Amino acid sequence: MSKIINNVVCPICGCLCDDLEVTVENNEIVKMKNGCAVCDAKMVHGYKSEERILKPLIRKDGKLIPVSMDEAIKKAAQILADAKYPLLFGWSSTVGEAQRIGVELAEELGSALDNCCSVCHGPSVMATQEIGIPAATLGQTRHRADLIVYWACNPWASHPRHVERYTAFTSGRFESSEWKNYMQRLKAASGRKKMEMASKRIARVEPPIKPKVCFTGPPPQMLEQKPGRKMIVVDVRKTMTAEIADYFLQIEPNRDYEVIEALRCLVTDQEIDVDKVGGIPIDTLRDVADAMMNCEFGVIYFGLGMTQSLGRFRNIEIAIALARDLNRKTKFVISPMRGHFNVTGANNVFAWQTGYPFAIDFSQGYPQFNPGENTAVDLLKRGDNDATLIIAADPGAHFPSVIMQNMMKHPLITINPDMNAISRLGDVVFPAQWCGIEYAGTAYRMDTVPITLKKVVEAPPGVLTDEELLSRILKEVRAIKIKRGEPVGQTEITPTHPDTTKPSPTHKTPAKPKQTKKTKERLK
Amino acid sequence: MEHKLLATLITGRTIEQGVGKEKGKGSEEYFDSCAVCFFDKSDMLSLGIKNGSTVRVTSKYGSVIVKAKKYRWGTTPGMVFMPCGSWANVVCGDETYSMGMPLYKGFPVEIEPAPDQPVLTLEKLLLQQFGRNSA
Repeated sequence: MSKIINNVVCPICGCLCDDLEVTVENNEIVKMKNGCAVCDAKMVHGYKSEERILKPLIRKDGKLIPVSMDEAIKKAAQILADAKYPLLFGWSSTVGEAQRIGVELAEELGSALDNCCSVCHGPSVMATQEIGIPAATLGQTRHRADLIVYWACNPWASHPRHVERYTAFTSGRFESSEWKNYMQRLKAASGRKKMEMASKRIARVEPPIKPKVCFTGPPPQMLEQKPGRKMIVVDVRKTMTAEIADYFLQIEPNRDYEVIEALRCLVTDQEIDVDKVGGIPIDTLRDVADAMMNCEFGVIYFGLGMTQSLGRFRNIEIAIALARDLNRKTKFVISPMRGHFNVTGANNVFAWQTGYPFAIDFSQGYPQFNPGENTAVDLLKRGDNDATLIIAADPGAHFPSVIMQNMMKHPLITINPDMNAISRLGDVVFPAQWCGIEYAGTAYRMDTVPITLKKVVEAPPGVLTDEELLSRILKEVRAIKIKRGEPVGQTEITPTHPDTTKPSPTHKTPAKPKQTKKTKERLK
Repeated sequence: MEHKLLATLITGRTIEQGVGKEKGKGSEEYFDSCAVCFFDKSDMLSLGIKNGSTVRVTSKYGSVIVKAKKYRWGTTPGMVFMPCGSWANVVCGDETYSMGMPLYKGFPVEIEPAPDQPVLTLEKLLLQQFGRNSA
């Protein structure tokens, strides 16, 4: 018997699209509507693939052997309790309820605690701490933004429905979709190409080679003439997002800071003594600055091209300063394109639990924050930690190999639903349920709006949630410490499992206050 | 004659890599989408390689064999792109400039044709790099 579940939240990227229509047959997702290609790959195929881990594994004589859950938990707790300075890393693909217990485990162990943010938008968080951020929710940009700037990001690949749901290709309350215009442009371009090919065949003459220029697309003056939403893409290479944009500005690699600083000068009416910045002529930048100043509601979405280029958090700081300067002329907001579906949640949960969003050190008994020292990559580079727990992340596929080689020198515990690269390298490998598919929980969208993920199917027997697993490891660590006569934390762990089948308390209609005799008399 | 190309490497996401990683890190889709390096057409001509040829990408930090592909929107000779994944990681650096973020984008690499050399699968690559895998 098949069942259709509406408004399912997609647990993949920071967009957290909450309009999926999922068809379930015999406790298996067979069909999914409204999602992107990446969503389809996970929700329909990936979550039940052969790569799924169903039993805990422990590496013995170089081989991973299936063991009981109790044995694996004892082994993991022993490794963590024996270590002087373990590193707990990951947290971006799990729910807030599990992250909360992770902080407690880190405090109990006196360990380092970091999340994937340190290798994606950590610099954005640092810049926000320095200078603040004029931000808006995705709903605001959907309804109001008439100028969208994607800087150093390619949402077509990393957040496939961002443009369709929140910016240029969506119909908002005050702004309409640009989809039809884009299709017309596409047809015109295709027609032009056919004409060129035909004329080439007739004349048998090679068309002149167009000179390679730093920017492509229509001249920037078009930006002012064009009605409706406008989309500008700034990147070091042309991408599909650049293809759909009204204007694409191709800058030299590692020159984001200079180009943004030049735009700031132009926005604040200052003179610039050079002809080009980052490979872009000043006149072109002046036109872009004019388009930014003349919009009614502008937004800059920036990606890893800014945070991973030279300058790191200074690039973001200057971009936020540009948004601040633009706010003197018009309304402008800026927002990072967060990657994993709950990496924003990891920042938020860590921040309300410890005061800091990432790169936290508990070795002194209290939380300390020092990016560059407590961040996972720096810590592993120096070889400071002597055990690692990775949960809901895959540094095996996303950390440089030179860093991973240091991680491999010490015991490695992994908690992931499937056999990803890091699970393939683990000493103790735990299976876990897929959050957002097999259990419910809270995740934060890229604009820090918390959304409840739904449970769609039942998990395989014996596989625990991240939250239950961490609670049991924490309990075992405390038991080991009590045996050794060491002090332990007192907090009782109460795993929470939000039941999404029932309406949430906020949806309850408040009961009308009963009118007593006195109030009736007063009303009279 | 030995052909070598000095280029700037950018690593990042592609939609195919996204689909591959969600289908499973051991899937064919993941291997096909990640063990590749995208080139500008003129760079492929200067190296004497075709779509699907194997090339060796070498940086200060490591060296890896991947398949060459022509980048659909190649406009910048001297810039190559690799989808993020275990293969790109081999050449990425550990320099963080005290900010926690290693070298993923905009660093120099050297590329040379590597005919007849196999592209390692994920399992073999992990074994080569870390001396262990899921076996």
